[in-house]
Amino acid sequence: MSGERVSVRVNGIAVEIVSGSSVAAAIAWLGLPSRRSVRGQWRAPLCGMGVCFECRVSIDGVAQQRACMVPVRDGMQVRTDD
Amino acid sequence: MTERYDVLVVGAGPAGLSAARAAAGHGARVGLIDMQARVGGQVWRHDVARGHASPVPRALTRVIARARIELLARTQVVAAAPGILLVEDPRGARSLQADALILATGARELVLPFPGWTLPGVTGAGGLQALAKQGWPLAGKRVVIAGSGPLLLAAAASARSHGARVLGIHEQASAAAVLRFAGGLWRWPSKASLALLLRAQLAGIGYRCSSVVLRALGDDRVQAIEVDGPAGRQQTECDQLAVGYGLLPNVELPQALGCELENDGAHPQVRTDDRQCTSVTGVFAAGEICGIGGRDAAEVEGAIAGHAAVGEVAAVAALQRRRQYQRAFAAHLQRYFALDSRVLALAEPETLVCRCEDVPLHALDGYLDARSAKLATRCGMGACQGRICGSALAAMGRFPRSDVRPPFFPARLATLGDTNFSADFNPGEVSP
Repeated sequence: MSGERVSVRVNGIAVEIVSGSSVAAAIAWLGLPSRRSVRGQWRAPLCGMGVCFECRVSIDGVAQQRACMVPVRDGMQVRTDD
Repeated sequence: MTERYDVLVVGAGPAGLSAARAAAGHGARVGLIDMQARVGGQVWRHDVARGHASPVPRALTRVIARARIELLARTQVVAAAPGILLVEDPRGARSLQADALILATGARELVLPFPGWTLPGVTGAGGLQALAKQGWPLAGKRVVIAGSGPLLLAAAASARSHGARVLGIHEQASAAAVLRFAGGLWRWPSKASLALLLRAQLAGIGYRCSSVVLRALGDDRVQAIEVDGPAGRQQTECDQLAVGYGLLPNVELPQALGCELENDGAHPQVRTDDRQCTSVTGVFAAGEICGIGGRDAAEVEGAIAGHAAVGEVAAVAALQRRRQYQRAFAAHLQRYFALDSRVLALAEPETLVCRCEDVPLHALDGYLDARSAKLATRCGMGACQGRICGSALAAMGRFPRSDVRPPFFPARLATLGDTNFSADFNPGEVSP
């Protein structure tokens, strides 16, 4: 069913996932939300298509990236809010 | 750095791909911009579980493969003026110039606020489909699909094919309306056969009409939902709730370019003539941004726009009958899935409406327009720039969404520092 797999780290935890998947999917495999809202609520993707910005995370040191718009790449380092 | 094209197409879904192919077929140098990594838009989104197989018709991708169309993927339009776009991709920013612009920015989902809609595990209906195709894990998850329109069936089928246990589909429209919609589908045989296919894929899944999700319950993520339907109120435990109340046009870019819009119900769409010309010379629009009509309407309008952008009048005329036929389907769709007043009043005073700035509904009381509400409460001022809450509030009858200003999406400082940005794209800016 699936093709080759790549390995990324989310908050330091290794995740193996099908190549072509989004960073949002890698985060979801760990059961993690993506960010805390201004009032401190946990949030996770809503629209899945780059509109709502609920999936914002830091990717390879660049903050505020939409996890649903970025395909995973081997060795990628992702940080969600904590 | 500025690059020049004969035609620039924004959006690589059915309308944009079809427009790019038509224009390139007449020898034009075409740039095709999309913010995603792959072409296809939402309706032809690649499913990573299916390996290399692409859902995009080969006729449309072949022209890109033959390099007659330059694909600018993962590229976002940050600012625009007629004939020129400021774009940003992962490498940086640049300006693109073209004799003709074809806008095919598609649609987004209408997600209406209700108590619990901010909980992780609550997504749009098309949203869940998009996430699943990008590798989001659904195997063994208990999923409820809700909202309105035929997209719910596609979302349910997609969730099931990714291993989810779909507990049910809740459609807000009445059974009588849904039956009349289905009964009229014989006029569009391709849609009718798709509906039959979906019905077969959804065997065993309950489809309830006049049924609305009132609230999502849970602490740090959704654990249950409360539904109100003909059988009364009931709670159901679930892991995911996918809820979408139909689609609305992404008009931010045409609006910023000064294209005349017309309102169709609560949401604006781009006004075009039968050549897909907008009110701005050299700017064309095609597909969902001209009114939600689905993939087939988008394809034919895209082709018309592509021919018209390079002045091929005969080809434009030849497609008019197909255009009218597909637009009639759009009208049919709208008629039977109109939103019930009940779903527009689900939010309670404490329900957050603006998810970016955490603004509750009651904070907006007393404001008569989006701009004054935004200045006082920050509603719509966050990263999504009101794309979610502004459209929801318009649907709910509060006030229309306010205008967008560049940058249309959060952009890097280096992009905004580009001298072209203030000179070409932000004429309202006062120089020091």
